[in-house]
Amino acid sequence: MPRPHRTVVGTSVAILIALTGTACTGGTGGGATDNPNKETTITFWHGWSAPSEIAAIKATVDAFEAKFPKIHVKVVANITDDKINQALRAGGPSAPDVVSSFTTDNVGEFCSSKVFADLTPFLEKSGINAEKTFPAALLDYTRYKDDQCTLPLLSDAYGLYYNKDAFKAAGIASPPKTLSEFKADAIKLTKSKGDTYTQLGFMPDFHGYETTMSHYAALWGPHYFDSSGKSIAASDPAITAMFTWQKAMVDTLGGFAKLEKFRSTFGDEFSSKNPFMTGQVAMSMDGEWRAGMIDDANIHLNYGVAPFPVPDDQASTYGKGYISGTVVGIASTSEKQNAAWEFVKYLTTDTQAVVNFSNAIHNIPSTEAALVSPDVDQDPSVKAFVDIARNPNSNTTPSSPNGGAYQLTLQDVGYGYESGKVTDLQSALQKADQQIDADIAQAQ
Amino acid sequence: VTQRTVTLRDRRRRDRLRNLAFMSPWLLGTGLFFLYPLVATVYFSFMKYDGFTPPVWTGIGNWSYVFHVYPFFWPALRNTIWLVLVVVTLRVLFGLAVGLLIVKIKRGTGVFRTLFYAPSLAPPVAATMAFAFLLNPGSGPVDTILGRLGLPQPGWFNDPSWSKPALTLMALWGIGDLMIIFMASLLDVPREQYEAAELDGAGAVARFRFVTLPNISPILVFAAVTGVIQAMQYYTEPLIAGKVASGQIGGSGQQIEPGYPDKSTLTLPQLVYNLGFQRFDTGAACVVALVLFAMAMVFAAMLMRRGHGFLTAED
Repeated sequence: MPRPHRTVVGTSVAILIALTGTACTGGTGGGATDNPNKETTITFWHGWSAPSEIAAIKATVDAFEAKFPKIHVKVVANITDDKINQALRAGGPSAPDVVSSFTTDNVGEFCSSKVFADLTPFLEKSGINAEKTFPAALLDYTRYKDDQCTLPLLSDAYGLYYNKDAFKAAGIASPPKTLSEFKADAIKLTKSKGDTYTQLGFMPDFHGYETTMSHYAALWGPHYFDSSGKSIAASDPAITAMFTWQKAMVDTLGGFAKLEKFRSTFGDEFSSKNPFMTGQVAMSMDGEWRAGMIDDANIHLNYGVAPFPVPDDQASTYGKGYISGTVVGIASTSEKQNAAWEFVKYLTTDTQAVVNFSNAIHNIPSTEAALVSPDVDQDPSVKAFVDIARNPNSNTTPSSPNGGAYQLTLQDVGYGYESGKVTDLQSALQKADQQIDADIAQAQ
Repeated sequence: VTQRTVTLRDRRRRDRLRNLAFMSPWLLGTGLFFLYPLVATVYFSFMKYDGFTPPVWTGIGNWSYVFHVYPFFWPALRNTIWLVLVVVTLRVLFGLAVGLLIVKIKRGTGVFRTLFYAPSLAPPVAATMAFAFLLNPGSGPVDTILGRLGLPQPGWFNDPSWSKPALTLMALWGIGDLMIIFMASLLDVPREQYEAAELDGAGAVARFRFVTLPNISPILVFAAVTGVIQAMQYYTEPLIAGKVASGQIGGSGQQIEPGYPDKSTLTLPQLVYNLGFQRFDTGAACVVALVLFAMAMVFAAMLMRRGHGFLTAED
């Protein structure tokens, strides 16, 4: 068989190399050169999917379009972070201009990869002082280093849900305020039956839905990184104290194997089969949305909400909790960044828009002005979470260039420690520090 | 002489061009969908590339990260090899056994064929969720029955040592695709050969060993090779099983633990997706993809050499 001509081979290889070198490189184009006063349509991607949430978005967009008649908003719902990341990299005319995400852990990745535009010039142009407009914890999770590539669009606060009937039956008068009170109450509320439970006081396992490493750790006020960005989990007393307390809770309430077996009977977290809603557990760590879900499910659950108890040596900080939320940013590939900014500014800083939206979807307002607005839902459960969000000791997890990978690494230590597979916590945390630093180095 | 030489050269050139024209669909397909991705994967495995900013040369940085630092690579590799060896072997043996059984059945053949084939039509996500429900250690019907019989109740998808056996069980449940192929090949074995073997005094085992196996050996190799390729692409079932069992399936904005429980359901294709399309660490994702490619080549070459390819002994 004759050999392929050298020219053909050479050309093919050259084409391959050229294609390879240029493959899939999304553009970083775009820019804020458009005229927002010109008739234009921007595309807004968000992750909400429930009919009530879609209706709330529509009402917000309608109000914006009434205020800015020349800017039209095309809304695309039910978008996940994977889709956001992929679409922003692919670019093109179908890519979004404004994007919101539920995953605050991904903000570091959004900012450091520059898929979201830095909003600092827009804030300055509009004369908005971010520090005065948004609570500190919310600003923490919407930026990476000096890059304010997203802004908070409502927030989530985590607190304690407790079953009032179960409390009454166990002779508990009020929700616990310290972790030692909490432990005593959890024991009183737990009813064992053989190798399972008829009622569990509290599910402490790290797989117990919202009882994650970062949500627990917020009660101690942890420091995950030092000023140079190195992981300091092993040397931070808050993280060690959290793991030690959680392990003690697991052992006290029946041990890992028994708790895990009981956990496997739980229904879906975001359904009416949630174990707190079915009465399987008497106390639960959860976000403000649970109150709305309980009310919507119409299950007549006699429940109360309160801040989650704090460590005994930090009793004065009672009222704090973990804060998270939804973020919104502008795609750096967008050709309509000025128009997009008008929409983002309205969504995130217009007090009435923020209040109306938070009331409609049972979330916490995300600006200082909206948090104290008399128009905010005055339901006691909502107020409890608004107070947690306003508490100066409430905190969040810092952003990182590889998203929440460091939290997964630490949570992995927790899985090992709670199950008894890991016995030397300090050594495991030191290894986790090395792993986190290596992962971040790879991402940078 | 010169005139004849030129003519000959022209004809050869024309022949080459014609051959190339005939081969062009294949060349285009292979170039675009095999060679280019392969070359690009090798190229990007040496680059830092997040899909947004231009690629930057990092030498063997990605390779070193995946092999020495990335904590999920070795568990995923071990799981993938386990699935290739155990699931593929058991599926081939079970598929053959079911095929043999079905061809022997005289009455109700249609019912049994349908019963064994139907599960393979179930969508993987739905099938996995159904299995996670059936095998739920706290409230699943399987464990309830095992408990009533006084037998051990495994944790299935919630126990690192039982999660892969549970996946294997599910793979065997969906054996219909292989059963059909084996059944067709078994029906294709010439009856005369069995009759001749019987006349020579061969028993059932000898007939299977010396008549059935040589006739269906290409199908066995085909089943093993395609099984290995499927096992290397095993993504949906372990991912869904892990998410359902960990209770993290509905959470938005949560950090999802890969390979629950304890990385036991993590496979290499999951890493390729996680690294490439969630973390946008294209370089590391390409390294894992190349490892998968090399594994597929080695397994396929071993099977093809030992099984004489897709040819029967007579071919």
